[in-house]
Amino acid sequence: MYTTILEPKMVKDEKSTVTETPETKTKIHVENLNLFYGEKQALFDVSIDIKEKEVTALIGPSGCGKSTFLRTLNRMNDLIEGVKISGKIIIDDENIYESNDVIKLRTKVGMVFQKPNLFPMSIYDNVAYGPRMQGIKNKAILNEIVENSLRGAAIWDEVQDRLKSSALGLSGGQQQRVCIARAIAMKPDVILMDEPTSALDPISTLKIEELIAAMKKDYTIVIVTHNMQQAARVSDKTAFFLNGEIIEFDETSKIFSMPSDQRTEDYVTGRFG
Amino acid sequence: MSTLPVKREKSNKRKYFMEKLSGKVFLFCALLSVISLLLIIGFVFFKGSKPFIGEGYSIVDFLFGNDWVPSENQFGIFPMIVASIYATIGALIIGVPVGLFTAIFLAEIAPKSIAKIISPAVQLLAGIPSVLYGVFGLAVIVPFLQNQLGLIKGQSLIAVILVLAIMMLPTVVTVAETAIRAVPKSYREGSLALGASQIGTIFKVVVPSAKSGIMTAVVLGMGRAIGETMAVILVAGNSLIIPTSLTDSIRPLTTNIALEMGYAFGTHQEMLFATGIVLFSFILLLNFVLARISSKGGN
Ligand SMILES: Nc1ncnc2c1ncn2[C@@H]1O[C@H](COP(=O)(O)OP(=O)(O)O)[C@@H](O)[C@H]1O
Ligand SMILES: [Mg+2]
Repeated sequence: MYTTILEPKMVKDEKSTVTETPETKTKIHVENLNLFYGEKQALFDVSIDIKEKEVTALIGPSGCGKSTFLRTLNRMNDLIEGVKISGKIIIDDENIYESNDVIKLRTKVGMVFQKPNLFPMSIYDNVAYGPRMQGIKNKAILNEIVENSLRGAAIWDEVQDRLKSSALGLSGGQQQRVCIARAIAMKPDVILMDEPTSALDPISTLKIEELIAAMKKDYTIVIVTHNMQQAARVSDKTAFFLNGEIIEFDETSKIFSMPSDQRTEDYVTGRFG
Repeated sequence: MSTLPVKREKSNKRKYFMEKLSGKVFLFCALLSVISLLLIIGFVFFKGSKPFIGEGYSIVDFLFGNDWVPSENQFGIFPMIVASIYATIGALIIGVPVGLFTAIFLAEIAPKSIAKIISPAVQLLAGIPSVLYGVFGLAVIVPFLQNQLGLIKGQSLIAVILVLAIMMLPTVVTVAETAIRAVPKSYREGSLALGASQIGTIFKVVVPSAKSGIMTAVVLGMGRAIGETMAVILVAGNSLIIPTSLTDSIRPLTTNIALEMGYAFGTHQEMLFATGIVLFSFILLLNFVLARISSKGGN
């Protein structure tokens, strides 16, 4: 494991280490990350340590590179032609841009998108999609994964009677929770969320925020959000992005109460142009 | 001040007139195609149904009879129906997978620079006059089959199938490619983010999502194959038998009409129109299937 802070006493027993000292481990270490879309630079020397089993919020005005940064963490930017990346991203001791196993990376680092993007198939098939792609065929195992994942995303009660019906018949908020279930089904360590509630009504948003709070004990969560209150409600740490740079990264409470940078203060108090 | 309203009225009158006139012109143009359709159908059905209504020929003998000997008043088109169906199915078996894979390659896999060369090439294939396909088939495919398979006559069912498969490619590729490109990017991202490979994503998410468009591509390709005449005449070999092997020489429905209409008269000519009705029924059936697919796709 990559660590920045001295390991506490129970180094050997990973689980108890985590429960007793949840802030010690760095899950994702980013160092001097630069990203170019062709000639245009979108990220400038981004460095950040994201801790295991915490919720890290990324805030900032639109177009400042939050999504771009988030997508570097599971290499989704690889899909875009002409993207150049330099710097280091280390997840669990491995530089993800040196390894060629993108599939392994993406099973470890799951993603939930801005708009629910369930496939036009049944709820069951959506959730079983990832495990099936991993080669799991056993019906009993798949059933169990699907049920556990849907429970984990707090949507099981609402969909258990209609697992075989089309996922696209669900409401937007339900769809987004099934998207979360679909990500959970891969048993990832990290879940990336790019403005997961921006397309949802307030009640669905609240449900997802509650879900995020509950998921924190099992997953490292990185969430992009436009909504300042949301960042304040759900996250432990907050990074403020501006024009492709991280201006400030700190405890969420500190970012919102006494930020050290004037620009951060302007943004979180809504005085930003 | 008083001249202004008058002027305005005048120009408005002209506007209203133009408005009415252009409305009529549009209507006329729209009706033109409907009228042509009705005239063609009416004419073909009128001529083609005569032998069965006025002259006592049996429809069953016509559809299921094995012998077509106009000089002895024998008009059975069963071998031709079978030939048309075999040729179309054969062309689909080759043309659909090749076309679909090409479409997938162009839409999903090929770098833009390569797609930019192949796409127009495929579309150009659609613009080649069908007689040239026939000439190509006759000059290249037929001799090739003759040499490779040791046939006395290279004009055969398999030659027709190959030519038709090539001819349906542009339709299948273009329509399927459009359908695949229309699949939302978010589906692909969702799948890849779940650790699926690119090929896995294509076959498990993209192609199933484009299903109705791909089915449309298949049906349109089928229509192209079943109605093709000129190219088929040159490579079919023209034997009036029910084909039992790929190397048999055949005579599909279209060929029958085109070959004999020039000199036929009387009942013989009417029977050729009746052949046209059968052909038309196949096309109609395909259109019906197509309408079903697209209405389903809309849901
Ligand atoms: N695929 C792309 N190609 C080129 N430029 C892009 C692409 N995606 C994003 N950008 C640019 O990168 C910058 C950061 O975008 P993004 O990460 O989406 O911002 P945010 O998520 O913070 O709103 C913007 O200026 C945007 O125009
Ligand atoms: Mg964004």
